[in-house]
Amino acid sequence: MASLFYIAAIVAVLATILMLTRLNPVHALLYLTVSLLAVAVVFFTLGAPFMAALEVIVYAGAIMVLFVFVVMLLNLGKHTVDAERPLARPEAFTGPGILAAILLFEVVFVLARAQSRTFVLAQVGPREVGLSLYGPYLLGVELASILLLGALVGAYHVGSRRAQGRTGVVRSDRVRVAAGGDLVRAGDDRSSGPA
Amino acid sequence: MNPTLLKIVVILVILLVVLNVSALLIWLERRLLALWQDRYGPNRVGPFGLLQVVADMIKIFFKEDWIPPFADKWVFVFAPAIIMITVLLTFAVIPFTPLFQITETNIALLFFLGMSSLGVYSIVLAAWASNNKYSLLGGMRAASQMLSYEVFMGLSMMGTVMLAGSFSLRRIVEAQQHIWFVIPQFLGFVLFLIAGIAETRRLPFDLPEAESELVAGFHSEYSGMKFGMFFVGEYLGVVLISALISVLFFGGWLGPVLPPVVWIVLKTLFFICFFILLRAAMPRPRFDQLMSWGWKWLLPLSLANLAITGAVVLARGR
Repeated sequence: MASLFYIAAIVAVLATILMLTRLNPVHALLYLTVSLLAVAVVFFTLGAPFMAALEVIVYAGAIMVLFVFVVMLLNLGKHTVDAERPLARPEAFTGPGILAAILLFEVVFVLARAQSRTFVLAQVGPREVGLSLYGPYLLGVELASILLLGALVGAYHVGSRRAQGRTGVVRSDRVRVAAGGDLVRAGDDRSSGPA
Repeated sequence: MNPTLLKIVVILVILLVVLNVSALLIWLERRLLALWQDRYGPNRVGPFGLLQVVADMIKIFFKEDWIPPFADKWVFVFAPAIIMITVLLTFAVIPFTPLFQITETNIALLFFLGMSSLGVYSIVLAAWASNNKYSLLGGMRAASQMLSYEVFMGLSMMGTVMLAGSFSLRRIVEAQQHIWFVIPQFLGFVLFLIAGIAETRRLPFDLPEAESELVAGFHSEYSGMKFGMFFVGEYLGVVLISALISVLFFGGWLGPVLPPVVWIVLKTLFFICFFILLRAAMPRPRFDQLMSWGWKWLLPLSLANLAITGAVVLARGR
């Protein structure tokens, strides 16, 4: 298991570095997904299969798909790569690089001082996770669910504010006129519309 | 026999059987659709037209494997592989018979959920890499459809998990010795069936590739064997969901008289035919209807199913 752990860890680090240096946003997201999958393998090798499964389902499978979805909606073409290029100069990485180096130094220091290196302390299956979530950490679970409920209500409010007026085609027409775009209606409206 | 060698044999047998069955399903689907729609279907090549699949495969291998110049080349090539990888990997946790299972883990169902959520990438990336407006629309439909239906797909299975007390598929089958879970979990079964159809993007939930409006959606730009991989991947998904339905709700390999492997094959085949019948019988809904159905009816129903099952399990003091 130890060698699997190291391979997965190296893949995670490499994928994250590649994610940071990609100019194309979708490619960057793909590398981030690979990094999350590698972290899932790390969890698995450390004896937490349930966490590994959740990492794949929630992060790689749901959140990252939503990210890709949004990037697709933005319809970014070749010009984004050109726009990214001046931002991705090596100098732009100096600040984050220094900060990351401090953290790396700390990690190496801690690892060097550690006496024993045990990999699998215990298998943490679904049952153990459930028992501790709804046992000692019940308050945290409830707080997180209240926070998510708040976010849900907020998202609903933001999303429904525009729908108070007229709905459907007419609304998008108005937006298009406001934006100074062409207005071409389909069907019967064509003769009567302001066009 | 050496256990490692035995495992390799099991893996090869499952891989071969599953891939060939999925290819044959193309023929089966066309014949059954023809039967239900009062026509003949493919009946010229070989006995009952069985060699039609072989002819199609030869044709598809010799087609020009074209990558559009405007496409994002690497993502375009990689996307069809993702669906094959994720679906084939999921077969590793399916217990076909007590002996015939590649790996037994206590997170089998979660593994299935994870792989099916990674399968979305195949469609979304294919759509994005094609750099085509119709493909993009298909991909966005696929992403929102599969994300919404995944939510209650996971919830609809949790009733069986509660009754069996484990995420392990083998334990779930063994817990059905006395009664198939379709009876105490009928609502869960119906919800899982609907979610399964949506996950495999079969009619009536094939809006991502609605050919009348989106010109085949996410795979418009694909040709040759790359298209073939999407095609076979869809049938692999049908086999997978059918096998899972029989394992989760219909007692898997359990059954009287006949050997276990016959039972699981019969049950899986029944649900495959049901999938094809659905395609023959159902019209395609509108996209907003599909989404509001998912979120306003199916999700609350699966939550209610979960709460009631939990209450019953608690009351019976398990």
